[in-house]
Amino acid sequence: MARSVTNNRKIINTVAAWCCGLLIFFPILWTVITSFKTEAQAISNPPVFLFFDWTMQNYSVVMERSNYARFLVNSIFIAGGSTLLGILVGVPAAWSMAFVPSKKTKDILLWMLSTKMLPAVGVLYPIYLLFIKLGLLDSRVGLMIVLMLINLPIIIWMLYTYFKEIPVDILEAARMDGASLKSEIIYVLTPMALPGIASTMLLNFILAWNEAFWTLNLTAAKAAPLTAFIASYSSPEGLFYAKLSAASTMAIAPVLILGWFSQKQLVRGLTFGAVK
Amino acid sequence: MATQHSRSAARFMLAPAVILLLGWMLVPLTMTLWFSFRKYLPLRGGDLGWVGFDNYVRFVSSSSFWPSVLTTLIIVGGVLVITLVLGTLLALLLDQPMWGQGIVRILVIAPFFVMPTVSALVWKNIFMDPTNGLFAHLWKFFGATPVVWMSQASIESIILIVSWQWLPFATLILLTAVQSLDSEQLEASEIDGAGVLQRFGYIIMPHLARALTIVILIQTIFLLAIFAEIFVTTGGAFGTKTLSYLVFQRVLESQNIGLGSAGGIYAVILANILAIFLMRIVGKNLDS
Repeated sequence: MARSVTNNRKIINTVAAWCCGLLIFFPILWTVITSFKTEAQAISNPPVFLFFDWTMQNYSVVMERSNYARFLVNSIFIAGGSTLLGILVGVPAAWSMAFVPSKKTKDILLWMLSTKMLPAVGVLYPIYLLFIKLGLLDSRVGLMIVLMLINLPIIIWMLYTYFKEIPVDILEAARMDGASLKSEIIYVLTPMALPGIASTMLLNFILAWNEAFWTLNLTAAKAAPLTAFIASYSSPEGLFYAKLSAASTMAIAPVLILGWFSQKQLVRGLTFGAVK
Repeated sequence: MATQHSRSAARFMLAPAVILLLGWMLVPLTMTLWFSFRKYLPLRGGDLGWVGFDNYVRFVSSSSFWPSVLTTLIIVGGVLVITLVLGTLLALLLDQPMWGQGIVRILVIAPFFVMPTVSALVWKNIFMDPTNGLFAHLWKFFGATPVVWMSQASIESIILIVSWQWLPFATLILLTAVQSLDSEQLEASEIDGAGVLQRFGYIIMPHLARALTIVILIQTIFLLAIFAEIFVTTGGAFGTKTLSYLVFQRVLESQNIGLGSAGGIYAVILANILAIFLMRIVGKNLDS
């Protein structure tokens, strides 16, 4: 008796959850499907769902016409570069706070978090001006630096929560055995810290890839990443649904796939360890 | 425990991060503060000198200020209500035993990874376009007149788009919190005769309170700053100009730096008030 009741409940749960999941996912699914239609099919009423002649034409048109590759390379450089820079600065900082904490550690961590709360519009003009003066406007290096700085608090926080979980006893045992600070870091700490560093990099790559304030305001033609590439489709001449869909699919696919691997880290990274 | 040697090494390793963030915070903010007290029009005469609190007064008394505050409140409030209510329900649903839970989770989380410009443009054109959009087809199918979303229901449209983007975040965090709920406690209350609503009100909600607070604070901070969703849909027209969008327009579009900087300082103050609450919660968590 009890068994069949739970099974019934399980069926209802499954149906309800799948309906919600598919409804939420539908806009993405529809965009991907539309990208394989002709322009006429894309706007036809009633809409065609799956039974049409699938075509790759939109993808080739978008790539030819709009230099997709250049925007993609910019996105990879900017997101990848800012993540690497952030890790370079963040790992030593998080390491020192996790393993050699002082009375000020908590205050420093909270202060770092508070810099993340600084609204971008509050510093828009100064950054714009500094970029012009330093010749960084519309350059990949400039965006790398800005995105590194806005994500650095998240990087340090995530690394800190990961490093905190590494048992200190092991470090002390290594010290007892006469390991120097250098070998302690290379042989003991790094292997244990790598998974945390990898997830931190993953989440930050995604955040930098999707960042759409600085990338839109500080680039023009040369350094524009995919966020700006898509925004250029909002002009009337770009209003072709199938091509817009193809461009969108190409812009989101890499990160959508990476994102699915990082769902657990998302909670840790964006709640600063406050929800576990 | 830690030797003097490792202490100074630690300080040395922490220094670059602290210096960078300190510079990132102080340099531009000081400049904004400086500009906010000056009449500064780069395209119309440049820096025209000190004007005291004139910009602050003018920013608040301009005809677009109060509407932008109202728009900001409606968008932030609307998105919060939608994402928190639906997010809680979804989290409770996803916590139940079912088949294919992992796949459903992936489907639900997906919108969070879509870049803001893509989701705004896809919704604006493929779904909300009054002649060719999917919604228009749907409306016509039921014999209704299609809605011209971007002008007739501009704020609602933006709330819908932004809610779609942030629902995964709320759901995921609330789900994490729900999963840490003691199931024995729930079963015990069920045996003692507590109904569904009682269990929800007396056990689940108190348990979720902290996660909900964190979701509210983090989302509010991000929602106050939404930009791309407005930039590529209405461009601030049809009553969708938020406070931060207004500052953006003053600074980059009309190049009135003094006025825009004063607006920016208001935005910084507002964000800081919210940040203080978030810091308290996060800080408490650090102690335990």
